[in-house]
Amino acid sequence: MSLRLSLAGLAAGLALAVGPAFAAGDVVKPPAQSWSFSGPFGKFDQAQLQRGFKVVKEVCANCHAMSLIRFRNLAQPGGPGFTTSQVEALAQTYQIKDGPNDSGEMFERPGRPADAFPSPFPNEQAARAANGGAYPPDMSVLAKARTYERGFPKFVFDIFTQYQEQGPDYITALLTGYAEPPQGFPPLLPGQNYNTYMPGHLIAMPKPLNDGQVEYPKGPDGKSPVPETVEQYAKDVSAFLVWMAEPHLEARKRMGLQVMIFLALFAGLLYFTKKKIWSRLPDHASAH
Amino acid sequence: MSGHSTYQPKTGIERWLDARLPIVRLMHDAGVSYPVPRNLNLLWTFGGILVFMLVAQIITGVILAMHYTPNANMAFNSVEHIMRDVNFGWLLRYLHSNGASMFFVAVYVHIFRGLYYGSYKAPREVLWILGVIIFLLMMATAFMGYVLPWGQMSFWGATVITNLFSALPVIGETIVTFLWGGYSVDNPTLNRFFSLHFLLPFMIAGVVVLHIWALHHVGQNNPTGVEVKDVRKDTVPFTPYATIKDLFGMVLFMLVFAWFVFYQPNFMGHADNYIPANPAATPAHIVPEWYFLPFYAILRAIPDKLGGVLAMGGAIVILAFLPWIDTSKVKSMTYRPIARQFFWMFVLVCIGLGYLGAMPADEPYVTISRILTVLYFGFFVALALIGIFERPAQLPTSIADSVLGGSGARLAHATASEPQAKG
Amino acid sequence: MAHATDTTGTEPTRRDFLMLTTGAFGAVGAAAVVIPLIGQLAPDAQTVAAGAPIDLDLAPIAEGQAIKLFWRGKLIFVRHRSKKEIDEAKAVNVATLRDPQSDEQRTKAGHEQYLVVYGSCTHLGCVPLGSSPGEPKGEFDGWFCPCHGSHYDSSGRIRKGPAPLNLPVPPYAFTADTKIKIG
Repeated sequence: MSLRLSLAGLAAGLALAVGPAFAAGDVVKPPAQSWSFSGPFGKFDQAQLQRGFKVVKEVCANCHAMSLIRFRNLAQPGGPGFTTSQVEALAQTYQIKDGPNDSGEMFERPGRPADAFPSPFPNEQAARAANGGAYPPDMSVLAKARTYERGFPKFVFDIFTQYQEQGPDYITALLTGYAEPPQGFPPLLPGQNYNTYMPGHLIAMPKPLNDGQVEYPKGPDGKSPVPETVEQYAKDVSAFLVWMAEPHLEARKRMGLQVMIFLALFAGLLYFTKKKIWSRLPDHASAH
Repeated sequence: MSGHSTYQPKTGIERWLDARLPIVRLMHDAGVSYPVPRNLNLLWTFGGILVFMLVAQIITGVILAMHYTPNANMAFNSVEHIMRDVNFGWLLRYLHSNGASMFFVAVYVHIFRGLYYGSYKAPREVLWILGVIIFLLMMATAFMGYVLPWGQMSFWGATVITNLFSALPVIGETIVTFLWGGYSVDNPTLNRFFSLHFLLPFMIAGVVVLHIWALHHVGQNNPTGVEVKDVRKDTVPFTPYATIKDLFGMVLFMLVFAWFVFYQPNFMGHADNYIPANPAATPAHIVPEWYFLPFYAILRAIPDKLGGVLAMGGAIVILAFLPWIDTSKVKSMTYRPIARQFFWMFVLVCIGLGYLGAMPADEPYVTISRILTVLYFGFFVALALIGIFERPAQLPTSIADSVLGGSGARLAHATASEPQAKG
Repeated sequence: MAHATDTTGTEPTRRDFLMLTTGAFGAVGAAAVVIPLIGQLAPDAQTVAAGAPIDLDLAPIAEGQAIKLFWRGKLIFVRHRSKKEIDEAKAVNVATLRDPQSDEQRTKAGHEQYLVVYGSCTHLGCVPLGSSPGEPKGEFDGWFCPCHGSHYDSSGRIRKGPAPLNLPVPPYAFTADTKIKIG
């Protein structure tokens, strides 16, 4: 009994000790969205990733780099599902700085699938100078770099529910969270914007998305199957950001299921084998 | 405990080798015929689990080192390169990062098991102290490993922890400069941390060998705390009895491990560590990895810089003196009604400190941290005092007695079935 | 040393079946673990992607000249051969060669003036001399490896010395009269 108690106690204790790290302060918790990639069987929605990529390419990438993403990634399994030729064509629309050539000059050439997406600014200083002193963060792992405090006891339940979509939930909320400052909020300075979900509510990025801004692919009826609204854009961008941050998510969850099943069966077999072996003792009433 | 070797070389080659290097004999004596108390519960499988975790960490770590670049400009991206491009890189990296956490889960269970069952008492003092040394080496290794991805938490964790040494009078600043290899945490720091992070696990492995040697010399403790009296009645051979049980425990542990690796790989990490290190901006709320939180809470509970560092160090070092602090002759808390209450309180205090370590350094957390810090050290004072007046419960006369429960029926059954089984 | 008595031995096959199954599971699990541990040694995705085919314009290479370039980290020689060198290469009796290959097999029809070979001696991997002006070309107007004295002819075939094989021809194709795609 005390053994079981101690195990339970320790488990609870260790779980408790895993405190989420995020600033308290004036934080509004983002609402939880439903994501196709959540849970043990989660998979990306390819159409959503493709829409998200379109928004990222046309809007976000004007200021935010995604330096860890290579064109070829867009065609790899578990991703947005572009074809290799689509990716080659896309890469060629970008100019990549290469060199030096034989005469020692740097030159520009059309992109290849192995190239990374070129960054909108050559360095952080240039990015700041062009954005009123604020640095638009690189988007490559942004979905894993953003979170919000879950608080006790939620973060304990998260172990069992596998909730780990703080990043996309927060980013979706942020992209849709632009609003007029409430009464009594200190007047905004130039370059400041009010956002409900930004900790402290002041954000340098102006409202990036507006309804109808990005044209989505049309369905057979000549209309986009999903609404072209800020909410939809935000969700699609967030999903794409998750894929960028965790491109092997599908493979990981798939392998996870195989491993869990294997280990569970193996544990069962070992349990009975252990019982058998211990029953060899003549006074095996001892076996716990 | 170590009696005569029962190893009998069967083939000519075995006899030839045995006469020159009795390594097979050594392995047989340690891993097959080694007598194990027959009443060990599943908590005793954590020693084997820890060996497994050490080996797993070393294997995945050596592999990661093949793909990682210890340079302040490239470290972050090289980790992402592992996550994105290296074949199974995401798996190996998540195994290693979550493996560190699971290693500590296992070591804490192992330590608290030792505390509860009095495994630190004579004749196991050296065994226990070696364990404390392993724990310290683990902490150093884990800390330096966390620096390697060179994210925000890596950088600021390295800054805060190395600055602890500046609390030492006179030489403190010099030590910190030497740790950094510069005037701040920078590329030289990353390089040396990588080197040491690679080295320390092998030192841990060395101390583990000593730990196991000491264990096999004095024999294992057991849930009753009563020493083995009759090897024939009280023990079973390590193989197959303990081997199969250890394997079972290991696979159960792997289930939990796999859950995190495949389904919650970033649960035990910090989102901020996916932001590249930036010496110009500290994250809003920096905390160490969860396994350091109780000690971090003790550090912050003391309002004095040197005092905090000493209290934190003392919280670990005091464990090494436990064999002489605890005055009771009875090992297992199962038979110590008062000490047992204090033990469970101590567990709660540690959990509480862990929680507070993750909270911001504001009220009411600071005050509660101070109370719990006093209670943490109070546990050791209590152990010193309780032993003097506590009246322990009746101990079983032997391990075999405790297992068979002294029940006449069972004894009869056992004696009745024995000749049968033998026949 | 005797323990609490072990009664291993005669038991029906059900236990054996259980043991065998458990053992098989353990073996399968151990084998599965080896896959990622070994698999990670293979070239990673970026290395593979960076090894995509490359284009090369041969027009700037004057007759008698050779250039060096890298593809997949391997050195490649591209040589614009003179008439004399081509004739020499074709005149050889293939049957007498250590690694019998005709010059036609080693060049593209209609583009015999261009020879494309890996620049790595088949003996132990040194870079043979003979591509730059002034370097020794060996006894057969091709390349000479200074490490252990292998001589290659003007078709890159091994003629003398310890190397066992001809300089291999990388996969390539002409995309235009003076343009090739390597890979």
